[in-house]
Amino acid sequence: MTDSKYFTTTKKGEIFELKAELNSDKKEKKKEAVKKVIASMTVGKDVSALFPDVVNCMQTDNLELKKLVYLYLMNYAKSQPDMAIMAVNTFVKDCEDPNPLIRALAVRTMGCIRVDKITEYLCEPLRKCLKDEDPYVRKTAAVCVAKLHDINAQLVEDQGFLDTLKDLISDSNPMVVANAVAALSEIAESHPNSNLLDLNPQTINKLLTALNECTEWGQIFILDCLANYTPRDDRESQSICERVTPRLSHANSAVVLSAVKVLMKFMEMLPKDLDYYGTLLKKLAPPLVTLLSAEPELQYVALRNINLIVQKRPEILKHEMKVFFVKYNDPIYVKLEKLDIMIRLASQANIAQVLAELKEYATEVDVDFVRKAVRAIGRCAIKVEQSAERCVSTLLDLIQTKVNYVVQEAIVVIKDIFRKYPNKYESVIATLCENLDSLDEPEARAAMIWIVGEYAERIDNADELLESFLEGFHDESTQVQLQLLTAIVKLFLKKPTETQELVQQVLSLATQDSDNPDLRDRGYIYWRLLSTDPVAAKEVVLAEKPLISEETDLIEPTLLDELICHIGTLASVYHKPPSAFVEGSRGVQHKRLPARTGSGESAESPDVGQSVSVSEAPPAVIPSQGDLLGDLLNLDLAPPTTNVPVVPSSMQMGAMDLLGGGLDSLMGDDSETLGGDLGGSPAMGVAVGGAPVTMPAVGGGLGDLFDLGGGVGMTSGFYSPPKTVWLPAMKAKGLEISGTFVRRGGVINVDLSLTNKAMSVMTDFAIQFNKNSFGLSPAGPLQVLTPLSPNQTVEVSLPLGTTGPVMKMEPLNNLQVAVKNNIDVFYFSCHYPISLLFVEDGKMDRQVFLATWKDIPSENEAQFQIKDCHLSSDAASNKLQGSNIFTVAKRTVEVQDMLYQSIKLTNGIWVLAELRIQTGNPSYTLSVKCRAPEVAQFVYQSYELILKN
Amino acid sequence: MIGGLFIYNHKGEVLISRVYRDDIGRNAVDAFRVNVIHARQQVRSPVTNIARTSFFHVKRSNIWLAAVTKQNVNAAMVFEFLYKMCDVMTSYFGKISEENIKNNFVLIYELLDEILDFGYPQNSETGALKTFITQQGIKGQHQTKEEQSQITSQVTGQIGWRREGIKYRRNELFLDVLESVNLLMSPQGQVLSAHVSGRVVMKSYLSGMPECKFGMNDKIVIDKQGKGGTSDDATKSDLGGSGKQSIAIDDCTFHQCVRLSKFDSERSISFIPPDGEYELMRYRTTKDIILPFRVIPLVREVGRTKLEVKVVIKSNFKPSLLAQKIEVRIPTPLNTSGVQVICMKGKAKYKASENAIVWKIKRMAGMKESQISAEIELLPTNDKKKWARPPISMNFEVPFAPSGLKVRYLKVFESKLNYSDHDVIKWVRYIGRSGIYETRC
Repeated sequence: MTDSKYFTTTKKGEIFELKAELNSDKKEKKKEAVKKVIASMTVGKDVSALFPDVVNCMQTDNLELKKLVYLYLMNYAKSQPDMAIMAVNTFVKDCEDPNPLIRALAVRTMGCIRVDKITEYLCEPLRKCLKDEDPYVRKTAAVCVAKLHDINAQLVEDQGFLDTLKDLISDSNPMVVANAVAALSEIAESHPNSNLLDLNPQTINKLLTALNECTEWGQIFILDCLANYTPRDDRESQSICERVTPRLSHANSAVVLSAVKVLMKFMEMLPKDLDYYGTLLKKLAPPLVTLLSAEPELQYVALRNINLIVQKRPEILKHEMKVFFVKYNDPIYVKLEKLDIMIRLASQANIAQVLAELKEYATEVDVDFVRKAVRAIGRCAIKVEQSAERCVSTLLDLIQTKVNYVVQEAIVVIKDIFRKYPNKYESVIATLCENLDSLDEPEARAAMIWIVGEYAERIDNADELLESFLEGFHDESTQVQLQLLTAIVKLFLKKPTETQELVQQVLSLATQDSDNPDLRDRGYIYWRLLSTDPVAAKEVVLAEKPLISEETDLIEPTLLDELICHIGTLASVYHKPPSAFVEGSRGVQHKRLPARTGSGESAESPDVGQSVSVSEAPPAVIPSQGDLLGDLLNLDLAPPTTNVPVVPSSMQMGAMDLLGGGLDSLMGDDSETLGGDLGGSPAMGVAVGGAPVTMPAVGGGLGDLFDLGGGVGMTSGFYSPPKTVWLPAMKAKGLEISGTFVRRGGVINVDLSLTNKAMSVMTDFAIQFNKNSFGLSPAGPLQVLTPLSPNQTVEVSLPLGTTGPVMKMEPLNNLQVAVKNNIDVFYFSCHYPISLLFVEDGKMDRQVFLATWKDIPSENEAQFQIKDCHLSSDAASNKLQGSNIFTVAKRTVEVQDMLYQSIKLTNGIWVLAELRIQTGNPSYTLSVKCRAPEVAQFVYQSYELILKN
Repeated sequence: MIGGLFIYNHKGEVLISRVYRDDIGRNAVDAFRVNVIHARQQVRSPVTNIARTSFFHVKRSNIWLAAVTKQNVNAAMVFEFLYKMCDVMTSYFGKISEENIKNNFVLIYELLDEILDFGYPQNSETGALKTFITQQGIKGQHQTKEEQSQITSQVTGQIGWRREGIKYRRNELFLDVLESVNLLMSPQGQVLSAHVSGRVVMKSYLSGMPECKFGMNDKIVIDKQGKGGTSDDATKSDLGGSGKQSIAIDDCTFHQCVRLSKFDSERSISFIPPDGEYELMRYRTTKDIILPFRVIPLVREVGRTKLEVKVVIKSNFKPSLLAQKIEVRIPTPLNTSGVQVICMKGKAKYKASENAIVWKIKRMAGMKESQISAEIELLPTNDKKKWARPPISMNFEVPFAPSGLKVRYLKVFESKLNYSDHDVIKWVRYIGRSGIYETRC
């Protein structure tokens, strides 16, 4: 009997025929017809017209037929909800069937029918099935709760299914436990803050017991769930690890990877001097290597994960280099990943072997792979100093092959080698110059130009070479143009006599004929530097360059930690947090590695000890030279003196604009280049990653900031909300900034907490504000005196002035901030409560108040309701006064108190308000009148905030 | 979790489409076809993200299996599931081909309904599935209540892979130690990497619920026993293991029937086996591997239009053993115009379509050597790119385990039925095959 014939019916009038067959009396014919319908459905034909006829076949004791009808129902019920109701009775009846397979089938199918009306009928059968005597039915019902939750979360909660599901974790059957865990984990994901998966030592124990007994899939569900648990101390952590390690010998790679995830995570909590810690590290290597003998697709998943593991704990696989050698017939995706890991594992001990391999790979056919292999040779040179010489000679050999892309790739990496080992390998420059003509890729051209510019004094015909590039200046990519500009300026500074013409040519090309703002700006800066102070120009352009780092393409530590928590999942394959590719609320929660505990140091004590109390600290010196932000802001941007021909008006906008729009990229991307560095070099890739973006308001913005309860930080009557995270560490290479605004004794302060969540020490902090609505600007420098070591937090209070440049922001109280440290410049924006700007002398004279109130047109009046406020009018008045909202007069009419209040903002704007309070009514009415009506909304928010805290 | 599962033929036509989650629409079926199956370039990754939807695919002959999701699923699990799904289908209807899939589409839907619920993989052991999903449809109506609950308890039970009440007149078991030896050797004969990945495949025809214990010459176990000083002869070489030296196993993984916690604590392998054929364990060794063949290549470029190749192979095992199905594959450049070959033994042919000289020898005893020499004529080209010289690869089969693994015993205990370990007929066989066995030239 073959079923393939069902795929071939394509006649006209087919539907009509099918209809007749479906209503046939003969059972066999009916079944045949349903099969045809399913086949048509599979290939994408619309057979929804047959709905009533197919549903009529549901009442049957032939289980095969029943399953087919169910399959049809799942597909079309949504489009025919009214008809689908017809099926309900059969479902309900099937849920009572003596055969457990049929009961399970019914409950399983019902959950897949996404029709509200049917869902209601599902509740009772589901409740019974969750307590069914047969485990097969229970395990199916457990999953059904998750299905139902996906359709109607509220219903699941109301019906108490969640509690029943929780009870199933203690079920005697391991598979029921596993499915219950899976369902609960999924539901918990969409309620990040619920305590649904109440993981405690007792439940963990139950899960670990079930782990030994359930199917391979069940083990995965349980392990993935375990990974979300945070043990109380290192002892508990160790005991869980001990019970999870046997899973490393499972034949199913997913079980192994999930076990690795649990171990990698819980290991964080174990003290490193513990014997067990070492044992565990040793146990992890063999199973990871074994994963590489799985099928290629799984190898790929494994390799992407190993890439993370190697970055987090290099010691695990440091002796396993050989297994990552590429096999000739590995699929390309496996080859590329292996190569990546080889570079990471390269060390002095194995470099000879690695180089021999890489050289072999560089002769392969796949272009991407060959390029990566060549690049890898360069990385080895930078990483292992002893091998540099051999790497360079290998690269030269490769350049001799004249294979175009090999040559280009080699030149790109040689440039990095020059940077790492200055004055060592410059003898090869001649060979490089021979290949000038064959370079057609921007990156390679830029690299070559950098080399020519950097070593202009050693290359006799440097000016000719650069001039040859200049001919097609406008056809070059930006990267090459920028590089050419810098290189020619370098050349000019080194050989000023011969190259004056050349430099003028490039400067005018860059400033006058280019549409690219980056290029223009860089051109102007050089021009101004050269024309005002050639000595300074030399210092800046030919400055000593910082060494490039050994490791590149490293995943940023906070992201790495998060990805470690996602081992085995898609996130670990993409190397992106789930929020980057999952829609909706699911997976948006960031996972974190547990902190080490048990060593006795409490979390607060070191913080307090090291935090710098800034208010007493002496003012710091402005960041020294070599300091990007400082440098840029200190650049003399005064009107041009002698030789400068054209100065566009944008030049005079002053330093503040650097933070605003146009010159953003100059500060972020290319500022290194100003010092003579090579921008866009792969070695700098890490720094360039976080291109400056004007970030949207952190969190939900105002709402978030104001809704927070808590009432901490009351200072002299002024209410300041608790600190919120303004700059998450994820976005700032490990620097986390949280803060709040406060008005202390007439001075506006911003209290900041800077936390270093990266692995390296941070220094050289500085802060700038963009222009904003009320001219807020720092009154002094950001005083972080000591370098901020990893995991340290420093509390800083920064006094603010209100005399900075003004620009209206959207929303009004939006403040854009740039903070820099030795790593990069970071941007974020935050909202300040407008009450910050209420000044102490804001009490208006009664008469003036009256006159002003009348004077302001009534269309400027805005009315608001303040709900749920239980203060008496006097208490409210006192409270408001603490925040410089002054009651000018009070009037009582029957049971209603009316407070007339005045506020003065730092910029002299007066705000008049009338607050109506009715005794016994928790709802206040606020009327605000002001000549600048846009502040009314914010004044109301301040009232709300002050009165409720 | 998995949102949907599609099966396509080589043209990209859908053969099976089962959607489990509401977030996967019909357009996902087309997205995969357009972006992956019909893509012009070679597939660069088995995981593809198209418009925030992730597709995992595997290919079996020219059939594509794709799992789709919009969530952060366990990627390793998805692939393991796809492989498992292929196994299940193969065990039901043989090779995975377009015809077989079309012929069995109702069965496949039934299976997909059972082994994947809301995208969560459920019990997928064929042994258990076959008790209630049959090609004839469920026997449903005719089953007694006991039978039904027996099925469900097996599907959900601790021993999901075996049903109760199995009876054989003759209790018998077969053990196959199947190894594939992998080698990468430099032209100078230096071993760049070598490892053996082995599998122990068991066919069991045993009555009841037998408790089994498997022993091999694992270094850790032998060393432990040696220290204990109790060299119990009875436990040794039950199954014809010669009791040679022990081997160091780098890592091993087991079928889910093996009690992993027991292996972890005592390193003993105990289990209740599934009925019929299954893979008991996989292992990997890297130390003291017996490399059955050594390939010595000599490639000389004579001018721009001629290559001289000489390859010697030496067999390196007991002279009394015979290797079979020996094949040496010597790659030739793309611009080869003619080849002349002379070989001492077997047959050699230049296969232009494969760009290689294929040299086949049916049998070869141990400690022998053989040689092939070839002259390759090349067409002159102005292609600057050098010939990549792919490695010379080899295939063979030898009747021993290159890792040195020996089965020491496999004991069977079934307390409820009246047969003992001695009544069970046991067979052991060792087969070593070439995996990726390459020598660079």
